Amino acid sequence: MKALGIILAGGNSSRMKNLSDKRAISAMPVGCSYRSIDFTLSNMTNSHIQTVAVLSQYNARSLNEHLNSSKWWNFGRKQGGLFLFTPTVTADNSWWYRGTADAMWQNIDFLKRRHEPYVVIASGDCVYKMDFNPVLEYHIDKQADITLVCAKAPEGDDLTRYGTVKLDADGLLTDFEEKPMVAHSNIVSTGVYIIRRRKLIELLEQCNQEGRYNFVTDILVRYKGMKKIYGYMLDTYWSNIATVEAYYNTNMDFLKPEVRNFLFREEPKIYSKAYDLPPAKFNQGSEVHNSLIGSGSIINSRVENSVLFKKVFVGNNSIIKNSIILNGAYIGDNVRVENCIVESNETLLSDTTYIGDGEIRIVSENNNRYGI
Amino acid sequence: MVKKEMIAMLLAGGQGSRLGVLTSDVAKPAVAFGGKYRIIDFPLSNCINSGIDTVGVLTQYQPLVLNTHIGIGIPWDLDRNNGGVSVLPPYEKSDNSEWYSGTANAIYQNLRFMENYNPDYVLILSGDHIYKMDYEAMLDFHKQNQADVTIAALPVPMEEASRFGVVVTDEDNRITEFEEKPPQPKSNLASMGIYIFSWPVLRDALITLKDKSNLDFGKHVIPYLHENDKRIYAYEFNAYWKDVGTLGSYWEANMELIDLIPEFNLYEEFWKIYTSQDMIEPQYIGEHAKVSKAIVGAGDRIEGEVQNSVLGAGVVVEEGAVVKDSIIMKNTVIHKGAFVDKSIVAENCEIGAGAQVGVGEEAESKLNASIYSFGLATIGDNSVIPEGVTVGKNTAIRGVTTLDDYPNKELESGGYIIKAGEEA
Repeated sequence: MKALGIILAGGNSSRMKNLSDKRAISAMPVGCSYRSIDFTLSNMTNSHIQTVAVLSQYNARSLNEHLNSSKWWNFGRKQGGLFLFTPTVTADNSWWYRGTADAMWQNIDFLKRRHEPYVVIASGDCVYKMDFNPVLEYHIDKQADITLVCAKAPEGDDLTRYGTVKLDADGLLTDFEEKPMVAHSNIVSTGVYIIRRRKLIELLEQCNQEGRYNFVTDILVRYKGMKKIYGYMLDTYWSNIATVEAYYNTNMDFLKPEVRNFLFREEPKIYSKAYDLPPAKFNQGSEVHNSLIGSGSIINSRVENSVLFKKVFVGNNSIIKNSIILNGAYIGDNVRVENCIVESNETLLSDTTYIGDGEIRIVSENNNRYGI
Repeated sequence: MVKKEMIAMLLAGGQGSRLGVLTSDVAKPAVAFGGKYRIIDFPLSNCINSGIDTVGVLTQYQPLVLNTHIGIGIPWDLDRNNGGVSVLPPYEKSDNSEWYSGTANAIYQNLRFMENYNPDYVLILSGDHIYKMDYEAMLDFHKQNQADVTIAALPVPMEEASRFGVVVTDEDNRITEFEEKPPQPKSNLASMGIYIFSWPVLRDALITLKDKSNLDFGKHVIPYLHENDKRIYAYEFNAYWKDVGTLGSYWEANMELIDLIPEFNLYEEFWKIYTSQDMIEPQYIGEHAKVSKAIVGAGDRIEGEVQNSVLGAGVVVEEGAVVKDSIIMKNTVIHKGAFVDKSIVAENCEIGAGAQVGVGEEAESKLNASIYSFGLATIGDNSVIPEGVTVGKNTAIRGVTTLDDYPNKELESGGYIIKAGEEA
């Protein structure tokens, strides 16, 4: 593909509550075996994009660790490869990334030195499977300045967290409202854009001169009447995980066979870093119904309608219901967990109860596992 | 080329004919194990965990799956600029081209590969055992004793020693005598087929003995060195080690993994076993599924009942199907209402709806009683078993079978159906 990829992975959202205490949203574990950024990274590699820059800023430790080798996504190449850009101090700049446009502007030398004619910009917090090639064809066909990939927001989702758009019959963008208090459309921007590289450089430089830093509000919204911005509808599964509720629902979506088949079974596949865990083990007393279990987990009791990530241990006589248990959690004996998200590497002591009442409870206790 | 202190040569060319239809299309080291691994993962992981980063894998019999699995060695961190993993098949020479005709002959044919690394020591491994072993500790032992050869040896119960090649040692662990399957063993130390040679000793022995037919380490090289008063030592290994050369021991070793705290524990952080994994998605356990005492691989979908079994990746057990005391390998589908008991079902198989596999009274195998015993029904790679048939014990099936192959919809205990390729 004649494009390079940029993944905006720097963000944090208060809507993630304390789930984002530990890591950037892009590094959130999703679907047992993956992290959120794997979906965009895999889409890019499967679309034959060879060069990808990940722009990170907020709490990037988890993300850096996850991306410590590029080979899992086939980016260990002589041509191109995976570039990780966190803000650095330079002779003429000592700012953090002040916004998405600023993050790209601070790496404008990278953009200038590449040779690919187009750029695919995407965020790292969405779960979807997409070939970017047809979008580029559409972009060229429409002679668009910017093409924006849009999707219908999931039923019942809070639209105020999205950029909502209106398109005319030809697909031309007629209206864009960023995080509207009252939404006039349920078509939302997925945060995936295609733009000519030179055009992007030009827009970013202009933006910076005017002291503007945000790609959406300062470029998309401001230029929408002047530049030809087209929308490309994505009609397969798409979900943005950036609120606690959306994160919970997205993981629960994997319990549906059609979602699982589409994302996990159908080629091309979603790739992730290899962890070399043994298969999951079910001991006597395990009773698992309608649940996803990650590798390396050991189950000794009852699990229902839940998603257990990698290396989760569940002790005897416990009940886990409607919950998400993140990587490496240890759940003792006689523990009851309902409507919860249990943080990664968490230890739930024996004979305890955690129930989310009316809303999803995030369990983050920082108990000492070995001090019992 | 950079000098390497010790390189490993892994013999992976054998068929493993005692595994019957399981090795019809794959070499024994490539047979699946433990719901995720292939047998060769154990010696390969031991190598990298022991700090050996140069491994030659000698292949000959059905190498496709093995080659694909090893690739360039990424899962074992053996993708290296210097060394790493090299697959070494037999090759044509200007004169005297031959297949690998024996273990030592295979190594002899790769003298130049070893010379490239100018090693001090060469470790000889075979690809058919399940164990975790630190070869570096064995090398230290070798150096301490200023040995020419060190042979890893496992203490076995005295009454079983007559089944093995036994080494007799003096108080310094130096080997004084070899006994091959002795009726009255003088020692209970069984040779594990793992050798460390000082390179000049190995090189000279191979060159001297090169014209012997079927040149073998146990039969020729070691006795030759012994006769020439070389310093041969036994390195006693006291941990889990399992030869999975027969269907019975293969089945048993898998079943042992299910124990509450298995003797061979794959869940420890220390000494990880690495493997090439093409499926990483989670497994789904359905609304009405019953799973207990089982190891279940990535990407499986279980809607039926699984008990006391080891399931590989991508396996589907449909509603109402029951899998008991069995090993089911990668991507096999057990259709609705099927019943699979004490069976080994290899990769990419289909068990038709309502079929009953591994049932009835035991009877001696008509194909090969020494291979197909233990009461197991064994089904080779890519086999299909049609709906509603009954398959007995000590049976073997290979290939796409149809109802026409089952008189009265039944394959009696001891029977076999081999449809693809030559008979196993």
